[in-house]
Amino acid sequence: MLNFALEVGKTHTPEAVLFWFLAPLAVLSALGMLMAKKAVHSALLLAWIMISLAIFYIAEDALFLGIVQVVVYTGAVMMLFLFILMLVGVDTADSLVENIKGQRAASIAAAIGLAGLLTSLIGRANMGRSAVGLTGANANGNVQGLAEQLFTKYVWAFEVISALLITAALGAMVLAHSQRIRSRTIQRDQSIARFRGSSLAEAAGLPGSGVYARHNAVDVPALLPDGTPAPTSISAVLEARGDMIESGTFALQPKEEEEN
Amino acid sequence: MNAAQLIANDPGWVILVKGLLVFVLCVVLTLMSVWGERRLVSFMQMRVGPNRVGKFGLLQSLADGVKLALKEDLIPKAADRIVFVIAPIISATTCFMAFAVIPMTGKVSLFGHQTVMQLTDLPVGVLYVLAIASVGVYGIVLAGWSSGSTYPLLGGLRSSAQVISYEVAMGLSLVAVFIYAGSMSTSDIVAAQNHWWFAVVLFPSFVIYAISMVGETNRAPFDLAEAEGELVGGFHTEYSSLKFALFFLAEYVNIVAVSSLATTLFLGGYHALPGLGFTETWLGGWFTMVWYLLKVIFFFFIFVWLRGTLPRMRYDQFMQFGWKVLIPVSLLWIMVVSTLRIMSQRNTGRPIIMGFTVGVVLIVLAVTSLFDSAKRRRREADALGELPEPSFPVPAIPEPRVEQLNG
Repeated sequence: MLNFALEVGKTHTPEAVLFWFLAPLAVLSALGMLMAKKAVHSALLLAWIMISLAIFYIAEDALFLGIVQVVVYTGAVMMLFLFILMLVGVDTADSLVENIKGQRAASIAAAIGLAGLLTSLIGRANMGRSAVGLTGANANGNVQGLAEQLFTKYVWAFEVISALLITAALGAMVLAHSQRIRSRTIQRDQSIARFRGSSLAEAAGLPGSGVYARHNAVDVPALLPDGTPAPTSISAVLEARGDMIESGTFALQPKEEEEN
Repeated sequence: MNAAQLIANDPGWVILVKGLLVFVLCVVLTLMSVWGERRLVSFMQMRVGPNRVGKFGLLQSLADGVKLALKEDLIPKAADRIVFVIAPIISATTCFMAFAVIPMTGKVSLFGHQTVMQLTDLPVGVLYVLAIASVGVYGIVLAGWSSGSTYPLLGGLRSSAQVISYEVAMGLSLVAVFIYAGSMSTSDIVAAQNHWWFAVVLFPSFVIYAISMVGETNRAPFDLAEAEGELVGGFHTEYSSLKFALFFLAEYVNIVAVSSLATTLFLGGYHALPGLGFTETWLGGWFTMVWYLLKVIFFFFIFVWLRGTLPRMRYDQFMQFGWKVLIPVSLLWIMVVSTLRIMSQRNTGRPIIMGFTVGVVLIVLAVTSLFDSAKRRRREADALGELPEPSFPVPAIPEPRVEQLNG
């Protein structure tokens, strides 16, 4: 048993230092990911786990895989995930009510089964054995070796997966697509329309609210030079909600008393 | 011995010294570039700019840094405290990491040890820079989210969408370089530009990279993440004191980083200008660093010039440009480049290569003109009616003056 342990612990010193520094951190953040109350914190811890996995890959001579892991998973996938979390605002803890009957028990059983399977497989594959064929695989360089495998032996699988991804992307586009009846009005069209409209009075844009009034809040209509309020100077939404203050209430009253 | 072997032979103390030198260079470049930008923009706007602190105002950014550090450090009540503190740290650390693979000199002797000024040489060095950049985005997104207010959130989302979209175009523009250099390692790419710079050979790639590097660093005219008219300060609205200083530092170090990458990939890195190759042996090889720095400063000047000249783009125009112009163009360009490369490797006859090139140009012209005419037809169909009679007095349209001139 002791011999076995020594055999397993036999790695080069820098790699061992790296492992004993990063592995506990990765495990802790994995636990933290499960325990964290806020979804964004969980997502961040997951991103950190991916980065530490990438560092392990690099330490194990799979340089390209490590870098691609960071670019694709941490950079793109996790970032999209964070986007959705932030936009949808899934901050509060999810409700723990079971919607499907027996789901919890089934998922716990499946998780234990998967963990057992993985443990036995990884244990049988790795424990006490040194890596075989690594130098052979990396003989022409890590990237070149990987490229050769991808484009000769696994080219079919590679193409099938890319077809799957393209189908998924197309599906998402079809689902999100809506047909436009006429082309979108852009800034240029709006500008042309202002000049070709019935009146040139608004060619330079709508008047701002509260101009000439004593109050410059957004809910007070501006006063025109003749003293009448300009209805286009406040937002139609405020007007519809009734959140509009009569600008006449702020008009200066002629001070007749002082003259007497 | 090539650069990779030289770096592999470095003892520990050389690595430490090089790390320190690269770090110091980054910080000094940042301080100088903040000052340089302010002076240059002032010059373009016919002002004087900072000229009080030190000779020519050289120490202005140092003084500003001290002032920033002494300011009160606020954390808003609604902020997520841990993430709020981590975000600037992520931004500031990742931007320095890109410099590890930038080759700054050719073969030099450092305290009697033969080496090159490049911290490490990875076979996938350029991809490493992209990976670091994609981690750097986390700083911006998290800063925006953790501030707990609307403007930073919108700014953070904007800038991360921007950085991710332009990273795609940037990554695609690098593919042609990889194909021509036959390697993804920065030192090999510089070595491959011994005779011809890739900016000349792969000009479209260079243009795409140059545009996307401005988008990637959130700089004018693509600085939509901090459009002050719309979003106050964008993602760093709520930041103050040292935390803000870290974002500030990150922005400028990032500019120097993407400029260094552009120098390395397209302008021949530390190689001298054509015809001045003899200077590369001056000062025992250290003079190559001057060439590297001059090229970086050239890119930095372009950044400042853009900022001084162009108005900010609208967000939808910017995204449309990235996805509908830059990415398709770079995909097409990659196909052309790889076909040409295969042709030249198989010794295809010159007429076939010429025919292929002309064919591609013709197809591109035909497709773009089809697009243009379809667009024009759609516009005409949608066009609004004729000019109505104006409802309020306008000055009479002046008579043509041709007769007067004749008379």
